[in-house]
Amino acid sequence: MLTPTYYLVLGALVFVIGAVGLLVRRNPLVMFMCVELMINAVNLTFVGLAFGLNDIGGQVAVFFVMVVAAAEVVVGLAIVVAIMRRRDGATADDLSVLRG
Amino acid sequence: MIDFVYLIPLFPLLGFTFLMMMGKRLGNPAAGWVATGAVSLSFISTVIVYFGLRGVEDGERQITKTLFEWVPVGDFSVDVGFLVDPLSVTMMLFITGIGSLIHLYSIGYMHHDPNFSKFFVYLNMFIFSMLLLVLGDNLLLTFLGWEGVGACSYLLVSFWFGKEANSSAGKKAFVTNRVGDWGFMVAMFLTFASVGSLDYLAINGTADQLSTPVAVGIVLLLFVGVMGKSAQFPLYLWLPDAMAGPTPVSALIHAATMVTSGVFLLTRVNGLVYYVMIEAFWATNLITWIGAGTALFAATIAVAQTDIKRVLAYSTVSQLGYMILAIGTGSFVAAIFHMITHAFFKALLFLGSGSVIHGMADEQDMRLYGGLRKLMPITSGTFIIGWLAIAGVPPFAGFWSKDEILLGAWDLGGINGRALWAVALITAVLTAFYMSRQVYMTFFGDYRFDQPSEDELAHAWDSYLEDANYKVSMAGDDVAAAKTAHGEAALKLEQARKAFSSAKIDSAKAIADDDITAAKKAVDTAEVAIDPASKAEQSAATALEGAVSVRESAEAELVEATSAYGRREANEIGLAEPFLSENVAKRAEHHPHESSWHMTVPLIVLAFLSIVGGALNLPFVSELHFLEKWLEEDTLLFEHVINASGLTKWILAFIAIGAGGIGMLLAWKFYYKNELDPKSVEKPILAKGWNYDAAVSAFMGGPGRAFFDFITAFDAKVVDGLVNGTGAAVRGTGGLVRKLQSGYVRSYALGITVGTVALLAWFFVRAAA
Repeated sequence: MLTPTYYLVLGALVFVIGAVGLLVRRNPLVMFMCVELMINAVNLTFVGLAFGLNDIGGQVAVFFVMVVAAAEVVVGLAIVVAIMRRRDGATADDLSVLRG
Repeated sequence: MIDFVYLIPLFPLLGFTFLMMMGKRLGNPAAGWVATGAVSLSFISTVIVYFGLRGVEDGERQITKTLFEWVPVGDFSVDVGFLVDPLSVTMMLFITGIGSLIHLYSIGYMHHDPNFSKFFVYLNMFIFSMLLLVLGDNLLLTFLGWEGVGACSYLLVSFWFGKEANSSAGKKAFVTNRVGDWGFMVAMFLTFASVGSLDYLAINGTADQLSTPVAVGIVLLLFVGVMGKSAQFPLYLWLPDAMAGPTPVSALIHAATMVTSGVFLLTRVNGLVYYVMIEAFWATNLITWIGAGTALFAATIAVAQTDIKRVLAYSTVSQLGYMILAIGTGSFVAAIFHMITHAFFKALLFLGSGSVIHGMADEQDMRLYGGLRKLMPITSGTFIIGWLAIAGVPPFAGFWSKDEILLGAWDLGGINGRALWAVALITAVLTAFYMSRQVYMTFFGDYRFDQPSEDELAHAWDSYLEDANYKVSMAGDDVAAAKTAHGEAALKLEQARKAFSSAKIDSAKAIADDDITAAKKAVDTAEVAIDPASKAEQSAATALEGAVSVRESAEAELVEATSAYGRREANEIGLAEPFLSENVAKRAEHHPHESSWHMTVPLIVLAFLSIVGGALNLPFVSELHFLEKWLEEDTLLFEHVINASGLTKWILAFIAIGAGGIGMLLAWKFYYKNELDPKSVEKPILAKGWNYDAAVSAFMGGPGRAFFDFITAFDAKVVDGLVNGTGAAVRGTGGLVRKLQSGYVRSYALGITVGTVALLAWFFVRAAA
């Protein structure tokens, strides 16, 4: 019997993979993908809970998250492309002009 | 017609603006005519407003015309509003009236000045500020005018700023007035805190609801401002120095208008002053005594001054003391009355002195004048009228107003009132004395301008003696030099003789050696050398003899000079004549002349006003109290009522006349008849103003300086330190915190992660507990 627990554990695993990836990687594109992983881990958790609690609200929330994620991808990818154009092979640590 | 009031300050303001832009191009005298025209139009507007105000019913004559809201802050607001009432209109009538006369006069007086148009720019600006001061319906607007006239006074005192003395006199005027302005400002703060408004109507209307200490505080602090502006002890000392400015400025600003603004201010808040007089008599009595003391003090100094303008300056300080005295006794009408008559006769006297100075090649020393009556008929005639007015001779203007002040002092009653009256009376004697002295020295007696003054004589005699001494010492030097020269010549002769005799011995040897030719030659050479050496010795001896005889004659001259110096009599030049200063010769070539019509017309008008000015407020019957009625019904609701009987009034008036007569008689004996020695009254300490000025300078340069340095250090270190310290603390904290902002995305991400984990841990712990 599939219980929501499996989905929740999977979602947590994926989220941690994304979070750790974000912290350890330096490539902006990979960091970006890690963010996507975390978002989708959360989506999975929403759906899992919606199934477990039998509440459609969780599935609806996923749609909102997807819309936001799509918008975020547009902006984020544009930034990544702009960075790559300016400096070839730049890492996230090279972009520290906002240092105090 | 009262709506025209805004035109009154507008015309001088327009004149000022226009002349500032176009003055240089208009030049001399067009710029002066524009300025005079502006003030005259202002005068005409004032007359219109005056008749408008006459048309208003009794008791309704306090009209506020608000132009715009100036400082709206919450519940508190200050408007630019004009308070049109008998007091402000009276003030404006004489400010613009006398102002236009002085403008006209200045066209003549300044005609050779290279900065002609600039002078009129300042004059117009002054009139504008003065009108603002008088018209303002609240303390703040008055303060604006107050500062404006102060700035113009500074600019005009140091108008001829090329001379060090003039520019420092301007600074002195400005700085001394700052001290007074401090009092004015604190008084405003206190008024705002206690009354909640700066409007005069509110202040006078609610004065009796103030607590006594607050009311006393406001009045005394305002009085500090008055001490500065109206030149009262201890802040009077800028006014005599302000005479460095051109004479029309002295007449307009430092005699007729600006210096009376302190008196005006206290009259403006008469409700408050009267309340203080009832509740805390000591406070107004202090004001009275400062006024009386200043009057007497300045009058004693005026007795020994030799500069024609400085006499008038000290006289102004003294007369202002009278007005302050009147304010302190609650006789506001008397103060305003004296202010008006004083404006007439003091402006007349100053303009007259300016006319004299102008005609006498800018010489201001009265000791060099004399006998100018015939050379300057109009100036001397009008000056004499001014003299009679200030000396208190009936029926001239000054008598009536001074009499009212004396009566007010007497009417205070008790020893206090009698003492005040006595001080004022002594001052009246001194006033008559020093003014008569001035008139006799300037206009009567012999024409002395081509004669050397006492100082110049003494100086000539001293340099004569010095010269004789110098000649002796020079002759002595010459003798010494001749002696040395003679000694040298004698030595040379001796050497030549020795050479000859040794040559002879040598030749004897040479003959023995059969070298006759050589021997002869040597003897000849030595013999030839003797002749010029002996001649040189002889001429050196003659020179020495000559030098000795020169020294002898120089010594004889010195003896003669010393005895002549010892025997010399006052006013005798004799042998010292070649040593007289060049100025005397220059003066002898100068021909004093009457001034142009620009200058004499104002003199004549003012002289007329000085004769009839007393008619404003004649004492005999109440129907003749024109000024009192005009002022009292609306403005001066709070006035001390004279209780003295008619008989007392008559007696006091006759005593005052007698006092003036005594002063004039004494001066006549001293300076006209020369029966008494003037030196016995012109004490050096009086000439130096009781050393007060020097004492203040010494204090400010010594201990005062150290104290002010301490204050400066306190301001720089502690006060500024607090402000700067706050900034430095914020910046230091920021410097520490900014290090957290590394700019690396991963560290921000780590921060978020750690924060999230910490929050989650917190929730779990809470949930578990």
